[in-house]
Amino acid sequence: MKSGRFWAWFVFLMGAAYFFIPLIATIEFSLRMRRGVYSFDAYKVVLGDSQFQATFMFSVIVAVFTILLGVLIVVPTAYWIRLRLPQLRPIVEFITLLPLVIPAIVIVFGYIRMYGSNSPLPFLGSNLGANALLVIGYAALALPYMYRAVDTGLRTIDVRTLTEAAQILGAGWGTIIARVILPNVLIAVLSGAFLTFAIVIGEFTMASLLNRPAFGPYLQNLVANRAYEPAALSIIAFVITWGCMSLIQILSRFAPKSANRPN
Amino acid sequence: MTDLSLSNKAIAGNTAPPAEARSLRLPTQWLGVTPFFVFAVMFLILPTLYLMLGAFQNEAGEFTFANIVALFSANIVAAYWISIKVSLASSLIGAFAGLAIAIAIVRGGLPNWIRSATLTFSGVASNFAGVPLAFAFIATLGRLGLVTVLLNTLVGLNLYAHGFNLLSFWGLTITYVYFQIPLMVVIIVPAIDGLKREWGEAAATLGATQAQYWRMVVIPVLWPSFLGTVILLFANAFGAIATAYALTGSSLNIVPILLYAQIRGDVLHNAHLGYAIAFGMIFITGLANIFYIWFRTRSERWLK
Repeated sequence: MKSGRFWAWFVFLMGAAYFFIPLIATIEFSLRMRRGVYSFDAYKVVLGDSQFQATFMFSVIVAVFTILLGVLIVVPTAYWIRLRLPQLRPIVEFITLLPLVIPAIVIVFGYIRMYGSNSPLPFLGSNLGANALLVIGYAALALPYMYRAVDTGLRTIDVRTLTEAAQILGAGWGTIIARVILPNVLIAVLSGAFLTFAIVIGEFTMASLLNRPAFGPYLQNLVANRAYEPAALSIIAFVITWGCMSLIQILSRFAPKSANRPN
Repeated sequence: MTDLSLSNKAIAGNTAPPAEARSLRLPTQWLGVTPFFVFAVMFLILPTLYLMLGAFQNEAGEFTFANIVALFSANIVAAYWISIKVSLASSLIGAFAGLAIAIAIVRGGLPNWIRSATLTFSGVASNFAGVPLAFAFIATLGRLGLVTVLLNTLVGLNLYAHGFNLLSFWGLTITYVYFQIPLMVVIIVPAIDGLKREWGEAAATLGATQAQYWRMVVIPVLWPSFLGTVILLFANAFGAIATAYALTGSSLNIVPILLYAQIRGDVLHNAHLGYAIAFGMIFITGLANIFYIWFRTRSERWLK
């Protein structure tokens, strides 16, 4: 048992070294912009860069719209599958897993060919259309995570009883979903939302191939041309990811644990 | 509960004949899932089908295998080969290291906070890919990286003089492992939790040694979900592009980068060959996922 614990510590510390050394190296590097002393110059330069602000804002807005679109598509579907069409569950689950099988670069390649400016649906013919297509693409990428999160949330509430109670009180479908179901699965939706945010904020492939002025391509461009600023940005990106994951962790503490109904 | 719903149905049956109710209901039934299916067909299935069909057509739109045959040119085969090698190496290393860490934090008798801290960190690190990750490794193992410089000044070991290069197969593999290990930990910890304590006690009662318990109980139970996760990691690495692109530019010729260059500027001078490359990627990740689903259904029997 004693040697077992030794090996457990050994493995854990090796892992910790592998995961922390690159972070430490990046932090160290990001502080070296001014010759001879450690300083936050790189962070100041990056945060003050108007292009950083513009691309970051763009990505935040895209992320917000992606989350809204994802919620709009996933919540009613997952609810309806639970309530009325359980026979469709395997098909819907299969579709939500597709983005894990089809690489993002292939999906966006398909968009470029199908929705180009000469096609019947010329999304890429205008700026607004291209932005919309980016949001749609991200919603597709986030589909597996969003669906899983919402479905887990729905599992913990009694969908049928809530729906019947709302119907007896005279609520329509829109009211039921927006004012009864959504508030009950809000925590699950939010954890899906933060995961979506973490995926979208630095995404490179889709944004770059659709020529959108997003944070990912900006970061890519900076790595190719600068030395210290990308290090600062990498740390910022890590902190953002960390923030999203911690929020999910905190939220999950508020989520109801008991399943009222099996399955 | 059952009684209540039964009486509800009975009441409903009394007020409206079933046939009539059904004819009124059917369209609304399907209306609820229409947005989802429209979205899935328009933005997932059709674009993919479009490329897959395009892979079997020539410029004139006639059916042909020429594009698939053209995939087997030296340049493209080399790209697929290095992609497969990097994905395989990073998924195997990630899987074994992740398994070791998972066992250490679940069964190793480490303090409890280490387990939760590791799981949180794994959630973060498995999503930490792309440009920031590439840069973190440039700062660590690049020519002027922290570890490279420290090894050189402290131990006198010059990594680059010994043939190491971050912009190579091993460099890319080490970098990919950074998001592969945490993904393995996140997926496999619940599986290890699913190993019931009673099984260990039962084995001990029957006189099994610790080694026998591992060999005859733990490994057979964990095996399917382990193998399944390896495949998921493989697909995960195979489709990744941002990390590799930020790390190596276009100097390392892996499939996603080749496809990226093709979409950008038709470097292969044949649009339909691009479709064929996309088809090849889906073919490989699809094949991997079919195995994954198969292993998953086998492991779920035990982990209920």
